[in-house]
Amino acid sequence: MNVLNWVMNSRIWGRGATALNPGLVLAVVVVFIALSFISPYFLTATNLLNVAKALVIVGIAAVGETLVIIAGGFDLSIGSTMAAAGMLAAYMLDSGFGVAAAFCAAIGLGMSIGATNGVLISYFRINPLIATLAMLAIIRGLAFVISNGREIVITNQTWLNLGTGKLAGIPYIVLILVLVYLAFLLLLPRSTFGRYIYAIGSNARAARLAGISTQRWRLLIYITCGATAALAGLMLAARTGNARPAAAMGFELDVITAVILGGASLKGGRGTLLGTAIGLILLFMINNGLTLAQVPSFWQQVVKGGILLAAVLYDELRRGRVDDG
Amino acid sequence: MPTPQSEMSGHNPGADSGARPPLIELRGITKKFGGYTALDGVDLKIGEAEAVGIIGDNGAGKSTLVKVLSGVHRPSSGTMLFRGQKLTLGSPLDARRNGVEMIYQDLALCEDLDVAQNIFLGRELKKNFGPFRVLDREAMTEAAANDIADMGLDFDVEREVGQLSGGERQMVAVARALQFDPAALLMDEPTAALSAEKIRKLWEMIGRLKQRGVSILLVSHRFTDILNICDRIVVVRAGRIAGEMMPHELPPAQTMAMMTEMMTGDTVGNGAEA
Repeated sequence: MNVLNWVMNSRIWGRGATALNPGLVLAVVVVFIALSFISPYFLTATNLLNVAKALVIVGIAAVGETLVIIAGGFDLSIGSTMAAAGMLAAYMLDSGFGVAAAFCAAIGLGMSIGATNGVLISYFRINPLIATLAMLAIIRGLAFVISNGREIVITNQTWLNLGTGKLAGIPYIVLILVLVYLAFLLLLPRSTFGRYIYAIGSNARAARLAGISTQRWRLLIYITCGATAALAGLMLAARTGNARPAAAMGFELDVITAVILGGASLKGGRGTLLGTAIGLILLFMINNGLTLAQVPSFWQQVVKGGILLAAVLYDELRRGRVDDG
Repeated sequence: MPTPQSEMSGHNPGADSGARPPLIELRGITKKFGGYTALDGVDLKIGEAEAVGIIGDNGAGKSTLVKVLSGVHRPSSGTMLFRGQKLTLGSPLDARRNGVEMIYQDLALCEDLDVAQNIFLGRELKKNFGPFRVLDREAMTEAAANDIADMGLDFDVEREVGQLSGGERQMVAVARALQFDPAALLMDEPTAALSAEKIRKLWEMIGRLKQRGVSILLVSHRFTDILNICDRIVVVRAGRIAGEMMPHELPPAQTMAMMTEMMTGDTVGNGAEA
């Protein structure tokens, strides 16, 4: 027990707002071991690679959502942004543009949607839930209107290769996920961008009084979220081989569950990308376990919702904000 | 008994500093919030190394006055001069750039950030990292640790502010204000959350700051705070300067009676507050 105490209280988990929850890591280990015993298929390379491929798309989108939530915000428009970005790139390729131009335009679209969210929330002071819920509906609706509800089959080999190709046995999309996480893990502790995300989430008024332009930084955070959502949309289309206006519907649930499970606080000011990554692994291992146990997919939804509620409740209890009144 | 206005005559160091203009001068500052006038034509001078106490009842306009001085509120009309030069403060950052630091009543700290991160918030130290400018975390931690040690305190600057006691948080707010050598330090009710021991330490520190030439503007509803530290007392009532007085010119009981009179507009018997 002394070893366990030492491990749980060690500084290896980090300190303060960026500390990892050792309980989360323990949960991953416990679920991993449990699933290994429950299903003989769980601990096979093919299955683990499938888990990795499944979590990549949500994982990329979760980067931006993590930043938004640490900054005390929220973004429900991620799934719609993913679909719109995939469709724009597919349209542009069909219209004769190159893959680089199509990808840049798709990321640009994601950033524009993020910028719209940022302006509504930061400058017009609209509640983030309402602003991004409205954007969720508007962008999804426009994607259906413009495409007449039709999907576009992707024929561009470069794009398709991103979804199916491998480098030294590792799928490209997994490498892209790792690169995105590495980039942000290096950026956040060393940049004012990272510092101000935590400051704004912790106490936006104090940040403003310290001379930080909270409006501009919030805008930038939502733009970043739009960009990562668009990148996730491109990767989703690469995996499925088509761009559909209905793509990524309900992805918000997975993304937000992973972020909250990873320790980001809905009150803002706390959370880490590493925590989100571990939250993703836990969430997708549970999904995979339920699939292997042949639990119907509707029940999987119920479990996911339950996990989200449990994670939020844990956050509330940890911060001592559940009153007994 | 002399009237408040006659009492102030000839006792305004800020106004009588000879050839040197006062550090800060307000001329006819008015601040309106919709139809409500919080400040109404306020004239005020704060000299170099002078400690001015602002006292007044709730809603008298004290906090609005310091918020105008710290760039939080833009005045609706009037002029502000800094060392004789006209100054327009559009934000707290403008005030900081001119050497005016503020310690807010609620301290305005980020509880999820550590002490060093709070001290340098908005003015982070940076270093070169290849082609990039990145946060110099080591330098900021070291400087913050030195600040805390200089103040005669002993706590870990890598601790989250949310884990500190009320007194320690107050000291973090003071350390943050002093980090960049301010010319003036504005304080809004700084002793509200402090123990007697911490208050004594704060007054010692303010005394040292005055010796270093820092001007102090202290807003408090506690007479003892004002009497202990200030060279001059300015009483605010209904958004106007009701009067000024020197704290040690009269016996404390009489000073308090006069301050009460100026704050309320009612006559108080001589020494009634003793």
